[in-house]
Amino acid sequence: MAVLSGSSSVAQDLDGASGARFRTPETGRVAPDSAEAAALEETWKTGPGLIGWLGSVDHKEIGKRYLVTAFLFLLIGGIEALIMRVQLARPNQTLLTPEQYNQLFTMHGVTMIFLYALPVLSGFSNFLWPLLLGSRDMAFPRLNALSYWVFLFAGVFLYASFPLGQAPNAGWFNYVPMASLTYDPGPNIDVYALGMIFLGLSTTVGSINFVVSLFRTRAPGMSINRVPVLVWGTLTASVGNLLAVPAVSLAFLMLWLDRQFDTHFFDFTQGGKPLLWQHLFWMFGHPWVYAIVLPAMGIVSDALPTFCRRPLVGYTAVALSTISTMILGFGVWVHHMFATGLPPLSLSFFGSASFVIAIPSAVAVFAWIATIWYGKPVFKTPFLFFAGFVFLFVVGGVSGFMTAAVPLDWQLTDTYFVVAHLHYVLLGINVFPVVGGIYYWFPKFTGRMLNERLGRWAFWTMFIGFNVGFFPMHISGLLGMPRRVYTYPPEAGWNTVNMVTSVGSFVFAIGVLIFVIDVLRGLHKGPAAGPNPWDAASLEWSVPSPPPAYNFAVIPIVASRHPLWEGRLEGEKGRSSVHEGPLLHRGRETIGSTMLDAEPNVVLHMPGDSLAPLFTALTLALAFVGLLLHSAVVAALGTVALGIALAVWLWPAAPDAGAAEMAHG
Amino acid sequence: MGETAFVARPLPVRGTHWESTAWWGMAFLILTEGSLFAYLFFSYFYLASQSTGPWPPSGPPDLKNASINTLLLLSSSAAAWWGERGIDSGNARRLSIGLVVTILLGIVFMTIQAHEWANRPFAFSSNSYSSLYFVITGFHGAHVIVGLLMLAALLGWNLMGRFRRGWHLQVSVGIVYWHFVDLVWLAVYAVLYLSPRLS
Repeated sequence: MAVLSGSSSVAQDLDGASGARFRTPETGRVAPDSAEAAALEETWKTGPGLIGWLGSVDHKEIGKRYLVTAFLFLLIGGIEALIMRVQLARPNQTLLTPEQYNQLFTMHGVTMIFLYALPVLSGFSNFLWPLLLGSRDMAFPRLNALSYWVFLFAGVFLYASFPLGQAPNAGWFNYVPMASLTYDPGPNIDVYALGMIFLGLSTTVGSINFVVSLFRTRAPGMSINRVPVLVWGTLTASVGNLLAVPAVSLAFLMLWLDRQFDTHFFDFTQGGKPLLWQHLFWMFGHPWVYAIVLPAMGIVSDALPTFCRRPLVGYTAVALSTISTMILGFGVWVHHMFATGLPPLSLSFFGSASFVIAIPSAVAVFAWIATIWYGKPVFKTPFLFFAGFVFLFVVGGVSGFMTAAVPLDWQLTDTYFVVAHLHYVLLGINVFPVVGGIYYWFPKFTGRMLNERLGRWAFWTMFIGFNVGFFPMHISGLLGMPRRVYTYPPEAGWNTVNMVTSVGSFVFAIGVLIFVIDVLRGLHKGPAAGPNPWDAASLEWSVPSPPPAYNFAVIPIVASRHPLWEGRLEGEKGRSSVHEGPLLHRGRETIGSTMLDAEPNVVLHMPGDSLAPLFTALTLALAFVGLLLHSAVVAALGTVALGIALAVWLWPAAPDAGAAEMAHG
Repeated sequence: MGETAFVARPLPVRGTHWESTAWWGMAFLILTEGSLFAYLFFSYFYLASQSTGPWPPSGPPDLKNASINTLLLLSSSAAAWWGERGIDSGNARRLSIGLVVTILLGIVFMTIQAHEWANRPFAFSSNSYSSLYFVITGFHGAHVIVGLLMLAALLGWNLMGRFRRGWHLQVSVGIVYWHFVDLVWLAVYAVLYLSPRLS
């Protein structure tokens, strides 16, 4: 890595007494094609070749990998769903055996919920956060790479037994005793248990990275009340994950121990309780639902105003509703367990808590509607997806509100009504904003625009297909069709709704296909975008598309919530400085700032490309494969190698080394 | 350009303690690890509340060794703190002494803990209580071992002369983790050893 290390002109003060180092960052401007800009590019760019690719810690690279990988998982999960819809299109079909059906619906859920929904949002956040925050990378670039590699390997791990016909098969929430050794003796559940613990590591390190990046790497002046709402969403989701993921990792560990070491956590014959599984799973599961929707709601809160040509109505209310949704989300897990015979007092408590969540959700919905109402909407493709999202969110919210009522829930539990609700929520609040978000940020990701006409076709096909496919599920549920049945008799009265659902799901799939074609076409043929094709307000649009490796030639100084709309908004007095500010060009540097006010308080040295994250992820994979194969030797080998990889990773730089060596610390 | 929030002034490079990002990374790692133990304790009290027989089935565990271990870990935290204060003012030797004492106390703790495990009247697979007992203390033991490896690495790096005043981020971060391991032990002690005596 090339580093500027001239010291004569450097404002570098050495505190002689202590050896502590201080720097006064120089400020200035960097012209786009100047020698200074070229030097920055040289300092920050990912190395050449395969090694460079494998060792890249550039958040933009990692973000794109997350997006592409998660999207591939979406397609896999979608194909699984289509196969099931063929099986269910007519009564008494025999395309699938019951066991194949079990594995398909389990892997469909696992894939969509764990391998698509959160990772795709991590992709957006990874790419966008440093650009939104005015920084040059995430707080921990190598941890970022580790989080991607672990996600990828855990995804492959979860699919490892699929080709053998031994995939996880007890549903994504995997209730015991169904998932216990007695009733499920194959490797299916062990793959799921270990794979989920493995994947949890990725989520955990990723979440830590987001939280610290938000608190410590914001540009000077970007106080906590000026951060984009996407940041609020991902922050809330990340803190939620840090508190919730241990519950599911622990539950899966206990299950694995019950299966492999004859322990009795869930075995009622020896004092264990099957319901303990449900408690631990849903203590995680419900906050997780919010973790996979809040960042997507943040995408809308940030991008929708661009197409309404005005700031979001009620920024503070939306930020607070984001946080309160998550806080309440930790107190509603029992609404997944209303039919398990818990005491009425606890049912009432968790039922009312679930009703209360409607309030912050409604605050956000009214804020979006008001933004459209008071704005001058521009009906581009992203706008269509965001407006469609608002509609689907309301439908999913209403059916959620209905199931929060205990007596109604008793009727609807484990029917297709719940399937309809969760698809309205997860596709409505995750997939639609995500596709809209890709239309919105594709120019920033690639430098090219997507096709407006194909985009409209994609939206209307997806929107119509989705509603035709999923709305009838409410009806089949009310007609009493249980979820997770591999077929049904013709006289049950569910023939028509199921046929309509299957047709709708294929229409939806065609919509997704149009979107994929548009993306593949746009990568090569899309017209050049320029830095700010939508005339948007936030910092990522101040840099070229795609952004240079160093993101910002100088660290911007932020004075308002809408740095690129200043001077055009009434009552907005702040004047940000996006082209003149701290240079921080002596090595891989960026600014660290205080948690609330974003006062600069440290010069951060960022690590360069490194293979340590990849090796660390590989050693973890080795350890998990060892556990799966009951090979203590392989598992021990993986663990020892992990220790070595971490020691190399964390090896401290010598204190007398200059800035160049520090950059590798 | 208009008003700016940026005033050019000397800023620490990389920083120590909470000026740095690594310290915050550890703080949030501790948050998530802390919740892991919270879920373990939830499982313990949940199964206890649902138990039809006596809980623990074999009666409350003996207090003596666990109490000694509590004192050992508390003193080890104090030693680590004392050593870190040393490097804060540039005294690398004092850091080494503090780390050696901390590591020794940690090793004695693990030895007594191994003795405890060997002398339980139940096995891992006896019943739900025994499974929980070994998983809770086992998780804590694993954290102690990781902590000891971290402290050993810090000691090695310190002996190699890698730390100075204002240049010892790894030390601050590692020792915060050790304090966390000790704090969790207090919770383990309260839940597994003291709480059965309350009923």
